[in-house]
Amino acid sequence: MTAKKLGLKQRYAHLTRGLDWETSYQPMDKVFPYDQFEGIKIKDWSAWEDPFRLTMDAYWKFQAEKERKLYAVLDAFAQNNGQTGISDGRYANVVKLFLTGISPEEYQAHRGFAFAGRHLRGAGPRVAAQMQSLDELRHIQTQIHTISHYNKYFDGIAEFPHMHDRVWYLSVPKSFFDDARSAGPFEFMIAIGFAFEYVLTNLLFVPFMSGAAYNGDMSTVTFGFSAQSDESRHMTLGIEVIKFLLEQHPDNLPIVQKWVDKWFWRGHRVLGLVAMMMDYMLPKPVMSWKEAWEIYYTEAGGALFQDLARYGLRPPKYADIATAEAEHVSHQNWAIFYQYTHAAAFHTWLPDARHMDWLSEKYPNTFDKYYRPRFEMWGQMAKEGKRFYNMALPQLCQIPMGYTEPGDPTTICFRSTQFRGETFHFCSDGCKDIFDNEPEKFAQAWLPVHQIFQGNCGGATIPDVLAYYRLNPGADNMDYVGSPDEKLWNEWQAEKIKTAV
Amino acid sequence: MTVQIKTLDMEPKRQTFGHVARRLGADKPATRYQEATLDVQATANFHYKPLWEPEYWTYDPRKTAVVMADWYKPLDPRQFYYATYNISRANMNQAAERAFAFAEERGLLEKISADARTQIEFGLLPLRHLHWGANMNMTEITQRGYGTAVTAPCIFSAGDHLGMAQIVSRIGLALDGQTGVSLDMAKEVWMNDPAWQGVRRLIEDTLVERDFFQLFVAQTLAVNGVVFDLIYKMADAGWKDAQIAVAMLTEFMTDWRADEAKWSDHVIKTVAAESAGNKALVSQWAADWIARAVEAAKPLSAALLGDNGALAEAAGDAVKTRAKNLGLTL
Amino acid sequence: MSQLASLTLYHNDEARPIIEAIIADNPGVRVLNMPGAVKLDCEGALVVKRASVEERLGRDWDPQEIHLVLISMAGHLDEDDDQFSVSWKH
Repeated sequence: MTAKKLGLKQRYAHLTRGLDWETSYQPMDKVFPYDQFEGIKIKDWSAWEDPFRLTMDAYWKFQAEKERKLYAVLDAFAQNNGQTGISDGRYANVVKLFLTGISPEEYQAHRGFAFAGRHLRGAGPRVAAQMQSLDELRHIQTQIHTISHYNKYFDGIAEFPHMHDRVWYLSVPKSFFDDARSAGPFEFMIAIGFAFEYVLTNLLFVPFMSGAAYNGDMSTVTFGFSAQSDESRHMTLGIEVIKFLLEQHPDNLPIVQKWVDKWFWRGHRVLGLVAMMMDYMLPKPVMSWKEAWEIYYTEAGGALFQDLARYGLRPPKYADIATAEAEHVSHQNWAIFYQYTHAAAFHTWLPDARHMDWLSEKYPNTFDKYYRPRFEMWGQMAKEGKRFYNMALPQLCQIPMGYTEPGDPTTICFRSTQFRGETFHFCSDGCKDIFDNEPEKFAQAWLPVHQIFQGNCGGATIPDVLAYYRLNPGADNMDYVGSPDEKLWNEWQAEKIKTAV
Repeated sequence: MTVQIKTLDMEPKRQTFGHVARRLGADKPATRYQEATLDVQATANFHYKPLWEPEYWTYDPRKTAVVMADWYKPLDPRQFYYATYNISRANMNQAAERAFAFAEERGLLEKISADARTQIEFGLLPLRHLHWGANMNMTEITQRGYGTAVTAPCIFSAGDHLGMAQIVSRIGLALDGQTGVSLDMAKEVWMNDPAWQGVRRLIEDTLVERDFFQLFVAQTLAVNGVVFDLIYKMADAGWKDAQIAVAMLTEFMTDWRADEAKWSDHVIKTVAAESAGNKALVSQWAADWIARAVEAAKPLSAALLGDNGALAEAAGDAVKTRAKNLGLTL
Repeated sequence: MSQLASLTLYHNDEARPIIEAIIADNPGVRVLNMPGAVKLDCEGALVVKRASVEERLGRDWDPQEIHLVLISMAGHLDEDDDQFSVSWKH
């Protein structure tokens, strides 16, 4: 019988999973030591459907083309001093938050997908994960290259990797990814591949990239769009992973559900920084966090979880709380950073009257009632030359405990649990649940305030701690008003007026 | 209104990042490779111990027995970052595409003798599985290694091996009229033919090596240098009248080997030169894995070339010379 | 509840024939313009046909070339020699 010419799917299978084999000189469990302990059951790896079919020759071709285009823009941006074209000097602080807070997580994703790309037993997902590992390396490196030019002129950027490992608010994204990296390969794929790269990704990228577009940051927009095409592949991998796990064995459902709940909640907490950026840090705002949440979680997530309901999966626990919090989180976070900007590596400032009116319009239920009074009070203090900086090294119950009770924005939300004779504090039911599920893992986190009090951050005073951060006082920190960034920006504006006809 | 600011002195406040400047000794302009590589990986204050290996932190220099004061000493002489890597491989691949198109137009593989066809099916096609094992190893070092300088090029190398496995597969598909029959046969040979079992055992042994630098030496020095070089560089005669066709269709592999070795040799040399302890360890690993690779490759060499394994020995000798030139004592 | 399959593409010269093909081949498609990008949404499924793009492009086109102009997507992906589509199957 003559064999038939291969169809596209089969051809691709020969070029990927067909390369794999069942080892016999070494036991398979020794070759793959990490993919069983999580309790996930896979009956048949061959049922995996490749989310996209990119052979390496196509990968190199398309990615090389994308890179040529991107770097042409980065070069032009640098040559033409594109950094003078942003809407306002304040915008640069968005870039600072991005490089110090988000970019190092791209690197973690690169290493994490390499982990999955080696240690998942199925060859199909390994190929997809490896491509994602390559893509994530692309993202960190192109971000560094894009923001390299900003670093030449603006403060708070130069020490990004050092700061990421030490600065108090950066432990929020750092611990998120440390958690994912320390999880097994299946949890990693659900945490990052599905929850982050599918469910929540648009809530990270759209704010930053549209924010960049609206505020004249051409290089970041270009990087953003270019990276997003990689993100589409990541999304297809994320949705294939969850589908595959749920189809393989009914015992996987409760495990996957727990992970979806956990990682939705942890992701939501990290995105609080993005909420703050969207609502307070863009001189030309794009949309409110509340609006973004509505479009990219409530609507899009709704369609997604409706699709996955056939497996018995329900939408994430506390999604309703997260949605309710969309009215509050940006304001609460900005208030925290406003008070502690002397210890932060980016500037903060008060929203002006016009911006407060925009916030009133976007948050009719909450802004005027709970948050405008604070900002107006601080505005008054600043006018009197007493710009408010909270000088107390906060107890654990102030920085992480900056969120309010669901349904009662006048009461700080406080939960606790006992483990091995110690009491642990949480800002929410979501975080408490995560801890209670894996107390051994979470009991040992590197908590910034604890570490400061234990003398592990250079000393017990704020100047000691800032030195430990490699933060340049008077340049990286404090209000935007009076900063060297502002001075430089004003000089550029003055030149523009002088040279304009 | 966009206005070019020509009159204002746009003197930058700083040339590069703080950590890069400290390494360069001064704040001066840095290359894209330097900015994309130096100190990017986290080194301190990890939050949780990995569930899958709690005796180490996620990034932990103790995952190898060699010790480096600075894992950013073994830099990549090619200075690859993502963009330059992909552009390099896209260019190399264009030549490969032209070769396949030419071979197809001229029916080069249809015209070869039955003998040559058998040799390719037997001696070349199963190599796609060795590339796959190599892909697994380079991915392992990416996830397990320490420092961006050493680990980032490893994911590039993993991609290269997958790409080469796909090129070999395409040769098979060209031979079998795009039916996949030759690839199924090649897998049979890989799994069961006595000539290949030494090599299969060799790569399976590497798949369970957990010291990331020993794995680096085993893969890039021994497996690449003995087995890949044997088939791609030294086994021409084995392809009979198909020599030119095979050379054309595997040109990518030749280009790749020179490129990869420039990097991997430099890394091994740098790590070995760090201390007497490192030199001893790396030399021992090299000697051990080269010997194993030669033993593994001898039956293959014998079956393909009828030489009693002589070419496998020659490949081993060439690697030992290379290793000595890297400062190792074998 | 509505389940919109979606593709977001660059709004540039390279993507133009693809965008036009999508609009022609997907009745009821919703077109949302954003800075530098266009979001195309369709209830249930959205398809990009190779022949349709080639007609508008004037040369042979491999559906995988869409990777050069793709920014984001929603739905399950299916691709073969003749088309690239996203859909919600249920």
